[in-house]
Amino acid sequence: MAVPIRPQPRTLGDSLRQNGVSRRGFLKFCAATASMMALPPSMAPAIAAALEQARRPSVIWLSFQECTGCTESLTRSFSPTVENLILDIISLDYHHTLQAAAGDAAEHAREQAMHENAGNYLVVVDGSLPGPGSNPGFSTIAGVSNLQMLQETVAGAAAVVAVGTCAAFGGLPKAAPNPSGAVAVSDIIKDKPVINVSGCPPVPMVITGVLAQYLTFGTLPELDAYNRPMAFFGQSIHDRCYRRPFYDKGLFAETFDDEGARKGWCLYRLGCKGPMTYNACATMKWNGGTSWPVESGHPCLGCSEPDFWDAGGFYNAMSVPVGDSGNVLLAAGAGGLALGVGASLLGRHKRAAAKAGHETVTADELEQKL
Amino acid sequence: MSGFSLERGLQALREEMDAPVASFFSSCVHCGLCAQACPFFVETGDPKYTPIHKLEPMRLLWEREFTLWGRLKHLVGLGRKVTDDMLAQWEPLLYDSCSMCGRCSLVCPVGNDIAYMIRKAREGMVASGHAPEGLIAASVRAVNTGSPMGLQWKTLEVQIKHVETSSGLEVPIDRQGADYLVLLSSMEIINFPEYLEAITRIFDHAGVSWTLSRQCFEATNAGIQIGSKDIAATLVQRVVDAAEALGVKNVISPECGHAYTAIRWEGPNAIGRSYPFRVFHIIEVLDQLRAEGRLRTEGKEMDRLSMHDPCNLARKSGVIDQQRHLMDLVADNFVDLKEHGKFQWCCGAGGGVSSNERAEALKMAAFKRKKAQIEEVEPERMVTMCATCRTQLEEGLEEFNMDIPVVGLTEMIADHLVEKERA
Amino acid sequence: MMSSMDFLLFTKGPLFQVAIAIFVLGILIRLVEIFALGRSRNFAEPRGGQVIPGLKTVYKRFNPDPGTFRRAPFDVVVGTVWHIGFIVALLLFIPHVEVIKATVGLAWPGLPNPVVDAVTAITLLGLIAALIHRLTHPVKRFLSTPEDYVIWAVTFLPVLTGYIAYHRLVNPYPLALGVHILTAEIFLIVLPFTKLTHIFTAVVARWFNGANFGRKGVQS
Repeated sequence: MAVPIRPQPRTLGDSLRQNGVSRRGFLKFCAATASMMALPPSMAPAIAAALEQARRPSVIWLSFQECTGCTESLTRSFSPTVENLILDIISLDYHHTLQAAAGDAAEHAREQAMHENAGNYLVVVDGSLPGPGSNPGFSTIAGVSNLQMLQETVAGAAAVVAVGTCAAFGGLPKAAPNPSGAVAVSDIIKDKPVINVSGCPPVPMVITGVLAQYLTFGTLPELDAYNRPMAFFGQSIHDRCYRRPFYDKGLFAETFDDEGARKGWCLYRLGCKGPMTYNACATMKWNGGTSWPVESGHPCLGCSEPDFWDAGGFYNAMSVPVGDSGNVLLAAGAGGLALGVGASLLGRHKRAAAKAGHETVTADELEQKL
Repeated sequence: MSGFSLERGLQALREEMDAPVASFFSSCVHCGLCAQACPFFVETGDPKYTPIHKLEPMRLLWEREFTLWGRLKHLVGLGRKVTDDMLAQWEPLLYDSCSMCGRCSLVCPVGNDIAYMIRKAREGMVASGHAPEGLIAASVRAVNTGSPMGLQWKTLEVQIKHVETSSGLEVPIDRQGADYLVLLSSMEIINFPEYLEAITRIFDHAGVSWTLSRQCFEATNAGIQIGSKDIAATLVQRVVDAAEALGVKNVISPECGHAYTAIRWEGPNAIGRSYPFRVFHIIEVLDQLRAEGRLRTEGKEMDRLSMHDPCNLARKSGVIDQQRHLMDLVADNFVDLKEHGKFQWCCGAGGGVSSNERAEALKMAAFKRKKAQIEEVEPERMVTMCATCRTQLEEGLEEFNMDIPVVGLTEMIADHLVEKERA
Repeated sequence: MMSSMDFLLFTKGPLFQVAIAIFVLGILIRLVEIFALGRSRNFAEPRGGQVIPGLKTVYKRFNPDPGTFRRAPFDVVVGTVWHIGFIVALLLFIPHVEVIKATVGLAWPGLPNPVVDAVTAITLLGLIAALIHRLTHPVKRFLSTPEDYVIWAVTFLPVLTGYIAYHRLVNPYPLALGVHILTAEIFLIVLPFTKLTHIFTAVVARWFNGANFGRKGVQS
């Protein structure tokens, strides 16, 4: 039976028109992208022009030790968005969750894309992978270890985008005691640019923003110390948080149902990691700009930072130390008392010996000194 | 041959280590505020006279041998060792520039009782052979002759005769079972013979049963000043023996500061037991008589009087209000020095400084603090109740050409007694 | 290379445990060593008590006598100001309250951040003034050992780095916070082995002082 085939749009402009997105809506997206990338508004038309003409780049999406949350985040928009369309118009040649093909056919698609676009394709990775020192059998696809597949696939890529905290920093699989020996993409890939788009999951627009820049300028964005795009990760949640004035005034919610919580005060004492977390949640929000965790009354977990899973309890204030302080105190206390008693016995013995050996000072003796 | 040595000195210091000393050394933060409380620093401006610095050898020994941390430092060859040279260098600091007045102990923000430690540190100085010659001589004379000035009973006897003649009263000697055994100080007997006559008249007036003892009349204790509990014990034992021989209920220390602290506070610990009698300073006894209404006085001194509290009496023994009650009894125009009572300033001569000829210049320097205090209130006469303080005040005021006579409080009280009707 | 987050987690985790262990161990040894030396029996008839006068002295030495204030107003004012500032910032800053609550289980109300911020700024100025005083005052200069200057730095740095972290003057924040925690840990680690012990022993020293004098009828 013949299936009607939708003509493949050749450019983003075609795709947008085909999907009924207005010119006005598109320009709004371009302006928003420009502002996210800290470009002057005058750059919006340039972005629009570039995107209109952008050719569909080939993208290979590798999913390793992950939960599919990142993919969910990117695909589960409740209405078609420009972000979706960006994804639509990339040539997503391999994504084993989304693609229809399976088994050998799927792997063949990946190999074909690599061959046809050698040197030009992008590799997107979500999930961490068992490191070189670990058992490669912990995570395989079609009998190929994650490590091997990553190295093979990245060999001919233009750049790698590590999507989600697992790919960027190891994430949950790497949480102590890290049974699978999980490592981040950047721990393996040293010879290609790796862009980390961290978050658990990342804000959808951040990933599309990075792709937009690549499509627009053919360049990779400016990156921070963790190779994250500065445009999105340049400021902390705390600095952009609408509850910041309460922090500055020292007004804190102390439980989830106290007066402070109802009044929307700062969530620091409930464990908010906003001050040490760099992400765009506070400005871009989630679910189509509806809300974000802090706005819904929950402290930031710091999910876009390395080792956030091991950085102390989610509901412990950021300043609270990690570890079993109570037992350390007890042990040190017992040790201190024991050593103290021992040391003071030495001191007391010294004094007792001095007293026992006391030579009485006499006047005759003193007289010798005259 | 003298057996004094560095090791013997260190042993003596080890004997003195206790919890207060350890807590004091642990707490010093080198803030230097104790210097501001010390007349020797304030009047010379030389930082080496900072009180806590005078204890550096003792602190080093404590750290090295009485702290785990110090012992570890010692094991790896860190930290200074106390040497004989060091003790020699500290001798003038511990003796010439410290009257053990205890003012630093009262102002230290972390609460260090520095005077308490100076007293202990001197034990080490004596045993290592680093005590000043003047104090050694006084100690030897005190032990060998019964008086630090070498004064004999014969001399006192002459005084007694003189007092009896001039007062027409009997001075009781070796009276068994008297209420009070009266002690004297050699300096008083020589410089201020008025004292004996004053108490003879006061006690007669108030009907107090008292006595002198041939066995022991000397209250002062050179052992406390030089810092030897052994010498101190020998001297205190004489007082105790005399008191016990006569079976007195109380012993009265004369107008002398250190004699009082020696017998009252240090004595029982030096001999290792409590006394079967109580110890009072003469001022305490007089105030008690006043409170009981047994002192009837007439007339008042009309000139402007101020008072010097002896450190040993006020700050170091808590006798502060008594002398003021007595002043109210006989003085109409009494004005206290601005810092008085427990915050008074030392005259500069206490703690053995006056027996240490080498310290003469420092003693006079320290006196300048007292002089400044006196100048602030401009009295016509000064009153005090310690022979050492009184001598220092007289010498100092003369040195600075200040025409301010110094009187003893006991004599002043005696001068105002209502004449007894002759039967 | 250690990232700023690795560094923060190291200071918040293992190093903190090491620091409190050394601190507790060290300070207990010091205190046991002090108390174990004891006092010899006093045979002299007391004129007053020891316990109450001792406790009064513990309190009274917070307020210097008027004479000392007149003679050394700078010491008294600057010393009091920075000590109070340090304690306020240490004990009443909300994040610190959370640390103490999580570590020893005790908690108390904190102060609003702007108040602590102002107090911290004053404390920094006070500490700088105290250092200048130490370098210039003849007695302080004479008494000062290298330890005094090291301890000044050990005290100053946690305040300074706390101020920097709070105001986010250094990026990334985990680095700023990590450095602050590290300096606080250095403070804890050296405390039992230096004059910082006075934080605990001054109370003991004051009590003994008050007891010594109190027994003789003088409130020192």
